[in-house]
Amino acid sequence: MSAPRFAIGTPVRIRRAFPPGHVRTPWYLRGLAGEVCHVVGDFRNPEELAYGRYNCPMLTLYRVRLRQSDIWPDYRGAAQDTLEVEIYENWLEPAAEQAA
Amino acid sequence: MTGSHDDAHGPGHAHGHTHPRQPDIEDAPLTHHQLLALAVGDLLIEKGVFGADDLRRQIEAMDSRSPAAGARLVARAWTDPDFKGRLLENTNTAAAALGIDAGAIPIMTVENTPETHNVIVCTLCSCYPRQLIGLPPDWYKSRAYRSRTVREPRAVLAEFGMNISEDVAVRVHDSTAELRYMVLPLRPAGTEGMDEAALAQLVTRDCLIGVAVPRPPDS
Repeated sequence: MSAPRFAIGTPVRIRRAFPPGHVRTPWYLRGLAGEVCHVVGDFRNPEELAYGRYNCPMLTLYRVRLRQSDIWPDYRGAAQDTLEVEIYENWLEPAAEQAA
Repeated sequence: MTGSHDDAHGPGHAHGHTHPRQPDIEDAPLTHHQLLALAVGDLLIEKGVFGADDLRRQIEAMDSRSPAAGARLVARAWTDPDFKGRLLENTNTAAAALGIDAGAIPIMTVENTPETHNVIVCTLCSCYPRQLIGLPPDWYKSRAYRSRTVREPRAVLAEFGMNISEDVAVRVHDSTAELRYMVLPLRPAGTEGMDEAALAQLVTRDCLIGVAVPRPPDS
């Protein structure tokens, strides 16, 4: 198991990409930023497993916490409301990289 | 069989209206995946991989799982702080210590606090900690629950009868990959004298999903 690329608390952005296939990254979160709240561990990439590639390399899985108000600009709830989601490392990039 | 309807109303009883025919399961065509499941099941039995009774027992075991297992874990966590720590650290091994088989899929327990209320959803499909809670309710798999719980969780919770105070954070867990989630609710006030078994009775399926909170028995 290699050291995880992102430590807890790291600001990350979920890649804005729309590849075909068996993708576990929810559409509504692509392109959005949050922070790593949990390094779950290493798992095989479901995008590969779905096509029978059972010996594909392991991939670190994170849980990422996002502010609801960052997901939905018109979010009607409390400012401290959050959402947590599991995202594989190939779908994450440092938040600063794409900030524009 | 044919006589049962008449018998219920008394023989020869004419009650001035007709009842619609109750549809049978077979009235709708099998979907592609239903057919596939039946065919694969038949083939595996035919090839001797397992027997029909093995298949039936597996289905029975799946159906017999219930929220009672999750409720036991919650009641133990409420009464034993060390256990609560272990449950939050690794739910599967904590469950095993109580003789509960939580299965191979890692389950993560998320703890409600006075500051945070947790609720579980799976927007991609219907991931659910079946080993500890049993089969999911139909609404958990509905498009409305799956889309609205991430979009307007407070409105959804209000429809379940829960109005979360503005100073409590609502935290939605979108369960879309390797983990399954279970909520550890807050122990309700007024339950100080209750033992573990009685406490477990307060913890319902909906409390473990996070669309309800346990109530003391006299409320």
